[in-house]
Amino acid sequence: MVAPVVRVQAEPFDAAEESRLITAGRADIGAVVTFTGLCRSEGGSLAALELEHYPGMAEDELVRVSTEAIARWPLQAVTVIHRYGKIAPGEPIVLVVTASAHRRAAFESADFLMDYLKTRAPFWKKEHFASGAEGGWVAAKTEDDRAAERW
Amino acid sequence: MKILYFAWLRERIGKAEETITFPPGTETAGAAMAHLASLGEEYAYAFENPSIIRIAVDRKHVPHDAPLGEARELAFFPPMTGG
Repeated sequence: MVAPVVRVQAEPFDAAEESRLITAGRADIGAVVTFTGLCRSEGGSLAALELEHYPGMAEDELVRVSTEAIARWPLQAVTVIHRYGKIAPGEPIVLVVTASAHRRAAFESADFLMDYLKTRAPFWKKEHFASGAEGGWVAAKTEDDRAAERW
Repeated sequence: MKILYFAWLRERIGKAEETITFPPGTETAGAAMAHLASLGEEYAYAFENPSIIRIAVDRKHVPHDAPLGEARELAFFPPMTGG
């Protein structure tokens, strides 16, 4: 059984390096899908996103959704990294890397992981505006719930 | 029992965590939330729309009717917006 690599951290991550770590020294992997979610500037109005999380449960929940992906697709590796704290526009927030012998499992499981972690992992985004106006908590989207229900 | 609040629930209540002894007969996560909502204006405001609040018992998502049992940590938070 593949053990997922899960990290919750304040620091940025290097998507290329995480992908390299998965494929280094092995020749059985046929497909690697790397998804990076980034902080948008929203047309220059956003100064930063602040990510709050539930320490302990955030890691546990990312392991749970990763383990479910491993049970549902023939995966050779899964890495999920989610940042917390203040994140500036252009910086990465979340990374999902899946590896499999064939592309379909890698694509589908990465899509599943993003849909599932958005609705299950205990993280909350607060907006800080460039104007200095007080930002608010980002509202959960019903389309994210519907996306998770596809699986 | 250790109670945790996150995001706008934490801001409305004005604290991230506290220890609460629930009255006898508080058997579910939802009943615990109803008790908290009665503790003052800030709690009533935080829990004004109880159906949208998510609850975790010992760091696992649970429905509102989940039994508290021997839970050590109870957390309340808005729908998640990570990713």
